[in-house]
Amino acid sequence: MSAVTHAEHEAPAPVGGKLITPVTVFLAMLVLAMAAVLGVRFVQGIGAATNLNDGYPWGLWIAWDVVTGSALAGGGFATALLVYILNRGEYHPLIRPALVAALMGYIQAGLSVMFDLGRWWDFWHIFWPKYAQMNSVLFEVALCISAYIVIIMIELMPAVLERFGWESARKKVNRLLFFFVAVGVLLPMMHQSSLGTLLVVFGPQVHPLYQSNLLPILFLSSTIGMGYAAVTIESAISSMGLRRPFEKEILAKLLQVGRILAGLYLVVRFGDLLYRGALHYAFEPSVSMLTFWIENILFAVPLFLLATKEQRNSSKLILLSALSMAFAGIIYRLAAFLVAYNTGAGWHYFPSLGEMTVTVGLIAFEVLAIILAVRLLPILPAMPGKRTSS
Amino acid sequence: MTIDRRNFLKLAGRTAGVAAVATTAGVAEARPNKKMPEEAVGLLYDGTLCIGCRACIPACKEANNMPPELTPLKVNGEQVEALWDAPLDISGKTLNIIKAYRDGTGEHKDQAKDGFAYTKQSCFHCVDPSCVSCCPVSAMTKDPINGIVSYSEDACIGCRYCVAACPFGVPRFTYDTPKPKISKCQLCKHRLADGKYSACAEVCPTGATVFGKVKDLKAEIERRKSLAPGTTTTFPRGRIGGGDTYTGQVGKYVERVYGEHEIGGTQVLHLSGVPFELLDKPELPDIAPASTSETIQHGIYYGLLAPATFLGILVAAARRNMRPEDEKPKAPPEGGTP
Ligand code: SF4
Ligand code: SF4
Ligand code: SF4
Repeated sequence: MSAVTHAEHEAPAPVGGKLITPVTVFLAMLVLAMAAVLGVRFVQGIGAATNLNDGYPWGLWIAWDVVTGSALAGGGFATALLVYILNRGEYHPLIRPALVAALMGYIQAGLSVMFDLGRWWDFWHIFWPKYAQMNSVLFEVALCISAYIVIIMIELMPAVLERFGWESARKKVNRLLFFFVAVGVLLPMMHQSSLGTLLVVFGPQVHPLYQSNLLPILFLSSTIGMGYAAVTIESAISSMGLRRPFEKEILAKLLQVGRILAGLYLVVRFGDLLYRGALHYAFEPSVSMLTFWIENILFAVPLFLLATKEQRNSSKLILLSALSMAFAGIIYRLAAFLVAYNTGAGWHYFPSLGEMTVTVGLIAFEVLAIILAVRLLPILPAMPGKRTSS
Repeated sequence: MTIDRRNFLKLAGRTAGVAAVATTAGVAEARPNKKMPEEAVGLLYDGTLCIGCRACIPACKEANNMPPELTPLKVNGEQVEALWDAPLDISGKTLNIIKAYRDGTGEHKDQAKDGFAYTKQSCFHCVDPSCVSCCPVSAMTKDPINGIVSYSEDACIGCRYCVAACPFGVPRFTYDTPKPKISKCQLCKHRLADGKYSACAEVCPTGATVFGKVKDLKAEIERRKSLAPGTTTTFPRGRIGGGDTYTGQVGKYVERVYGEHEIGGTQVLHLSGVPFELLDKPELPDIAPASTSETIQHGIYYGLLAPATFLGILVAAARRNMRPEDEKPKAPPEGGTP
């Protein structure tokens, strides 16, 4: 196989267009609603805005915004892994949009952590050697995520410098970029696996279908698959929203890689249950049993949907497979952190309206920022025959 | 390109090898549960001696400056806030509670059927505590000498990982204030400094809760279990070796001493006349979840050797594949920059 030649890819260019549209105004309103809830949370305390309690001290903001949101943002490193480490140039047009989505996904996760931390003003303790606690999985996760946000910003520097025509600066950054790209692949692999390891210390409080010493491998493999799925879905959305072509061929190939990982995930998932002698829980009625089957069937769907060449040629099946893979990972994470977790009788949790408003607001914020980025910065490949001036 | 890929695979193979070696080395050194400190101190709670007077609850509040819990009560069908401290469970405001089990007619003390029994809920001061292992900023620490597990508000960032991790549900969080913190029994360590000891043990009229060195507590457990149930004996009151005693009847104990083996053992030990399941004490493995978690974490990051090697490989690959445009005439496209 050979890399696609230069002529086949258009260089990235700003999409341009209006910034204030009904969509962006609507998104901004959602962000404002979030701000109102956060006002209550920061003035009166976490209990006033959330349903969190001592039985479920971690809720939607951690399980969805941090654990799941950052996994969906895994497209950034997963694509970089293909393009720069495995030298698959054909995926190159996907890299900048994937990095922008990753940056926003991780900023969203970081903000959510700040909303969730009870003593947020002391957050810097994470970076202060005096407080460091090397045995804590959360310590590693927090450090790694913070560092990775900085790394993605550096990875996106060339796009910004290009936009403002700072050529010599861009060349300098480019020369060192390989190092940051490499770190930018390592860090997410570390913290995405550790997001799974977070649950290990909960011991028997996590249902045996979910508690496992292989959690880091399961989280890592599913993150990469979810990342490719997210890149595909974002591509579909931007092809609809910005009337751009759906880059079917590349995405189908990308999902091929995703399928391999989904397969690997399923082998590890079931192999682990067999090895631990816990497979029988998959047949004993419980909510965890239900989520277990839903997520594994969703992981298996792309294995069948994209089995033949004709299938891989269908935009619809490509999108369906991506959605299936993304939802599989989403349900796996939410179930592991909220459903399979049980501290004993008497505790209940379902996210409050306020918590959901914040989560929706953060997503709106993320989408808004991505829209602004692709309109103003050279992120998406220029459309053939249509020149945009910057 | 083919050569590039072959090289990459070779490199990748080597990394996998190094990572595997590193990981196995880590796993080979799987850390066992931690050991009880020689001079560990703790509490013995004997449910058969407890008379349910709940004197230890306000004593604990006073000794630790905790606010009253104005639990909502139903009075004449109306919800009103209690005017006195009325905790139903440990919480952000309450570090210690006595709870009751009741079945059927509830006539007989320490009997599962048609009986009742008491239990105490407060921190167990685990030998290998999950809360200490998981806290990202060292706000939970275990004293290497006396083994007391303490909390530092000044260090805590309020992430509540400890609340989620403790298998006994001990650390609690104050959700009702913008300046929250964790609440948890610290075995009255501030009183130890003044030559005093746990307030809950000090006020206990029957010696149901006694303070002492864990080895002395264990010897006392042995003694009680060796006596015939129903016979009269003297029990240490307050603390072991303090001289104060209480004369009462030996209980009919269940075999298990709760806290002896749970997640690697604890410094607070419970005796009971009814099975511990009935008292809402969780069924836990002997292996500390902290030891499993730390083994995995350090296994992956064994001496940071695996990530460092892996990073080297990634850097080498990225460097080859993305030479800046002025040095490289051909693919990858866009001059190899993102
Ligand atoms: S009982 Fe919970 S809070 Fe107390 S030492 Fe053990 S793990 Fe920590
Ligand atoms: S809430 Fe505080 S004490 Fe508990 S784990 Fe987080 S930082 Fe540590
Ligand atoms: S040792 Fe002190 S803080 Fe702990 S339960 Fe007893 S009185 Fe309360």
